[in-house]
Amino acid sequence: MKRKQFIQMAGLGLGALAMPKMPFGSRLIDPAEAMQEGMDAATKKQLADAALNAARSSGATYADVRIGRYLNQFVITRENRVQAIANTESFGVGIRVVAGGAWGFAATNDVTMDGMAKTAQRAVAVAKANAKIITEPVQLAPQQGYGEVSWKTPIEKNTFEVPLKEKIDLLMSVNGIAMQNGASFINSGIFSVDEQKYFASTDGSYIDQDVHRIYPNFNVTKIDKASGKFQTRRSLSSPVGMGYEYLTCPPGSKIPGIVTRYKDRYDILEDVKNATADVTQKIAAKTVEPGKYDLVLDPSHLWLTIHESVAHPTELDRVLGYEANYAGTSFLSMDKLRSGNFHFGSPLMNIHADKLQPGSLGAVGYDDEGVKCGEWELVKEGVLVNFQAIRDQAHILGLKHSQGCCYSQSWADVQFQRMPNVSLKPGKTTLSVDDIIKDVKKGIYIIGDGSFSIDQQRYNFQFGGQLFYEIEDGKIVGMLKDVAYQAVNQEFWNSLVAVADERDYRMGGAFNDGKGQPAQSNAVSHGSATSRFNGVNVINTARKIG
Amino acid sequence: MIYTREEAQKLLKKVLSYSKADECEVSLSGSDSGNIRYARNSVSTSGEVNQLSLAVSSSYGKKTGNATINEFDDGSLQKVVQRSEELAQLAPENPEHMPLLGPQTFADSITFVPETAAITPDTRAEAVGKSIQVSKDAGLQAAGYLENTTGFEAVMNSKGLFAYNKATDVVFSITTRNEEGTGSGYAARGYNDVTKLDTLSATKIATTKASGSIGARAIEPGKYTVILEPVAVAYLLESMFFGLDARSADEGRSFMSKPGGGNRLGDQLMDSKVNIYTDPFNPDLPSSTWNREGQPNVKRSWIEGGVVKNLSYSRYWAQKKGVDPVPGPSNVIMTGGTDTLEEMIKSTEKGILVSRLWYIRMVDPQTLLLTGLTRDGTFYIENGEIKFPVKNFRFNESPVIMLNNVEALGKPERTISVESYRSYLVPPIKARDFTFSSLSDAV
Repeated sequence: MKRKQFIQMAGLGLGALAMPKMPFGSRLIDPAEAMQEGMDAATKKQLADAALNAARSSGATYADVRIGRYLNQFVITRENRVQAIANTESFGVGIRVVAGGAWGFAATNDVTMDGMAKTAQRAVAVAKANAKIITEPVQLAPQQGYGEVSWKTPIEKNTFEVPLKEKIDLLMSVNGIAMQNGASFINSGIFSVDEQKYFASTDGSYIDQDVHRIYPNFNVTKIDKASGKFQTRRSLSSPVGMGYEYLTCPPGSKIPGIVTRYKDRYDILEDVKNATADVTQKIAAKTVEPGKYDLVLDPSHLWLTIHESVAHPTELDRVLGYEANYAGTSFLSMDKLRSGNFHFGSPLMNIHADKLQPGSLGAVGYDDEGVKCGEWELVKEGVLVNFQAIRDQAHILGLKHSQGCCYSQSWADVQFQRMPNVSLKPGKTTLSVDDIIKDVKKGIYIIGDGSFSIDQQRYNFQFGGQLFYEIEDGKIVGMLKDVAYQAVNQEFWNSLVAVADERDYRMGGAFNDGKGQPAQSNAVSHGSATSRFNGVNVINTARKIG
Repeated sequence: MIYTREEAQKLLKKVLSYSKADECEVSLSGSDSGNIRYARNSVSTSGEVNQLSLAVSSSYGKKTGNATINEFDDGSLQKVVQRSEELAQLAPENPEHMPLLGPQTFADSITFVPETAAITPDTRAEAVGKSIQVSKDAGLQAAGYLENTTGFEAVMNSKGLFAYNKATDVVFSITTRNEEGTGSGYAARGYNDVTKLDTLSATKIATTKASGSIGARAIEPGKYTVILEPVAVAYLLESMFFGLDARSADEGRSFMSKPGGGNRLGDQLMDSKVNIYTDPFNPDLPSSTWNREGQPNVKRSWIEGGVVKNLSYSRYWAQKKGVDPVPGPSNVIMTGGTDTLEEMIKSTEKGILVSRLWYIRMVDPQTLLLTGLTRDGTFYIENGEIKFPVKNFRFNESPVIMLNNVEALGKPERTISVESYRSYLVPPIKARDFTFSSLSDAV
């Protein structure tokens, strides 16, 4: 599930930007402080060892320590003004233990030798309280210790080093273009993340990682005074695992077409101009006639469909029932996996899991329980072949090692199974977007993600979008509005008849994939190339109130 | 970490004494929380988190800087004030900046309950143990969650305002399913006072729903009379509660916008049975008596007899429009009647009982059209009785349209939104012509 954000900042109403959730316990800091080096690795190792020793001597059979410094920066604007600038820092430690066969966890921002020991003891006390009511003891897949290692997102330009003025000037230019071209309102922002994570465990790993992410985005609104109706068009940017270089866009990173889309870099000034023209066109667009259509889905849209309909149901914790009380379970099962014959989709459906793709939100060197990250297949030529698992689940799949998809949103939350990047592989034969559209008699070409909703077992879903183009006899004939499609998951993926080749492969993603109790956000990307799905049910979403 | 009013006041006074800015506001907040999670009739993860943080906001004219710290020696306190002042000098002018408020009178809230603050890992495990036993006895699998939080917030400014509040909260939710995955039931509870929490009876409701939902039949989607239980009502109406804002309405981009300009204040937008208000002193749903802008939270009606009585106005927007500022809702209470759920079912000729809704998302903000699904117990009602369980539906409906189609309201009860975990006090609602647009095989 992609978590809904309640806009609670003063002055931001409906139609404003979605703010990424601020990690629990974040505090505001000034930009200069964000540039200061955090605690050095040697001190962290000393503190971590103190915690591991305290855990062991209190009766833990396993322990891990995560000392985290989480930096966020939000620059939020509307029209000609800056609404908010916030630099936040959250620093603390989370200690997880196994004692008496049960998990225990405790966290504090008192990162001192004394704080470490006390917190480790609290984690053991929690585990011992739980041990009285467990039915199966925790079974951890073996994991080698890596010693002292480190990993960093390969960024070219650290967004936290870019002066605030440069970001404000850029957003003011974005807003100016929208307003000069007839927008009624524009909201824009740049959200930057730096997760500095130090992991240590009783297996002998001391892993220092520095993970960067950025999400520049806007939302253009145009109000038609005559009808009192309004339309919006969001940016076609993606949150990415990159630095500020994402905002420098060479021509090779652009995908020309009915509207320019972006591959691994983003031209925000060009996109806002296009968006303002699009939103004007949307107001005058024809309302959709409900019925069956062949859908041609751009990667800027399809990523979210993959996220909800494929990535979530292949999470092993959902399959087994661990998420039954919140995010839900899955229509997939261990029986369907073991059969080796469950046709999730057509033979064109090849789904790949990884935590490696450069620029992706999921890319890290090691997961949050000290497992080196890798890649694996989930669906091969339409057949389900694997799930996503972590150390305490690997034995259920008969795996000797974890697949390395354990994650926690902050030091204050316990780590658990979160999806890696889950992507649709591009087609193997040469096929362009134009080739796909050319064959469609009655269809809709959808660009950008919109409204999304799916049931707790991932059978029935409904998706909207940003831009909808009507296709008739192989040609785009105009824009549509009030479009959403509803489908049954397995039927939908079995109606996949064309996937463009790797030239069109692009990633989309979200900062705020939600799961767990207490709910945690995970950042994840999903790649695909433009794909065609036949005979999908489209509804009209226009209504009247008052 | 929890500070008393006196401890907080002393610390904040000291911090303010270091300020050289035109205006300065300092705030201190802390929390102690604990949680326990279980699935497949066994505990999975759980933990405890303690935090304390100080924030300083300094302004020179319309330029503001913010900084925070979680160290409390005198040097650190001086440093955080100085840093916020440096940032304020560098910040762009905010044309929407409003001067700080002077001293205000705030009543003492009733949000803190000592028994909730005293919860330990053992008491959490014990409460969950009871729930697991009920599930095992019913031959079902339980997955659930219990979380308790004690928190405080204190604010002081250079114009003499001081406010303090301490609150406790406990939430519990439970899903029970059969081994075959053909039946599922749910219950959720939220309280300030843990002594009101009965995990055993809540789990019994979930097991009854789970067993009762086995063998669901498919019926045609379409327009039906529905009875929505409070936990479904809270989740469905939540985005409307947060959209009661004048600025987005005046700007023309809200369901509260009036065609041709302006907002719908004073309009009859819903059925005359609909009354929605805020009251910080409601004994079942108390809230803080002040908000983060330093304004008092008072009893205030939002919808009265179906008429839009109030929309929230930020201090900036109120000044621009020449009206008094109206803080947003600190809690939301919807009035109802005296009928129990059973009595509402009894008076229904044909309809659908909806236990819970799931994955609600905005489809169109101008009509507040939402989509989502039913979950954990959906039943067909005929001639005043539940006849059989039905398969889950996807709906596409606007709560504004639904609140025009109200047939009856039952007895309000405190419940939580299953996504935000906020508590609300809402009745079960019977409404005609609720739009189910497709079926789902999900259980």
